Amino acid sequence: MATKKKLTFALMDPPFENARTVTTMRLIDIAARRGHEIIVFAYEGAVGHAFAKQAKHANAAHGHDLAQEDHPLAREWVANILAASQAAGGKIDWINCGLCVDERGVGEFIHGTRRGSPADLLKAAEGSDNSLVIGTRG
Amino acid sequence: MAKYLLIESRDPFESNDVENHYALASSLAKDGDTVTLLLVQNGVLPARKSARTEALEKVAKAGVEILADEFSLRERGIDAARLPASVKKAALDVVIDHLEDGRKVVWY
Repeated sequence: MATKKKLTFALMDPPFENARTVTTMRLIDIAARRGHEIIVFAYEGAVGHAFAKQAKHANAAHGHDLAQEDHPLAREWVANILAASQAAGGKIDWINCGLCVDERGVGEFIHGTRRGSPADLLKAAEGSDNSLVIGTRG
Repeated sequence: MAKYLLIESRDPFESNDVENHYALASSLAKDGDTVTLLLVQNGVLPARKSARTEALEKVAKAGVEILADEFSLRERGIDAARLPASVKKAALDVVIDHLEDGRKVVWY
């Protein structure tokens, strides 16, 4: 086990859109399971990951009801990562950019995440051992 | 000299910017920096023998270590046993390893 570090991840991609979200969640999950102190700054569409009102749906095209479809939800991935961090003795400060939240009307977050501002990202980057920015790409 | 981990997630058949990213990796390595290029998602596609594999081989010849995310390889049916000699499969954990180590990690 490496020495615990303070790592910042800045996320831009919205949920339910592309593979980058899955890779991002995998990365944060690995860091969480190592017990690191993690700061996640979600901005632009990424503020939707922790939106509490995401809901599973059935899929008539697949012939699946709600339970059979078992649609994955980003908010559940976030909750699982928060739990993994706690179990490993780590800590995650999951910050949703307030400007981006207000633009999208997604102010209801799951427990364990909070509203913040771009200034939090600056503080996080300055106070971290390392940072990774995962921006949206075409 | 600096140490870099460059992450490439795009398919070079879809984005010409991938070539620029390869060029950046090669330039840094030629300048004496330690550079690892990690392929993830559709970024692993040139690791299957194709018209774009040669570009990857050139990056390796410049002194860049090239890794491919094993999960992304499996998703795309790319047999890790048939990767070019210049590409090694790796767990995504390598990104966290390098962040812990203080490398500059850049995702394109």
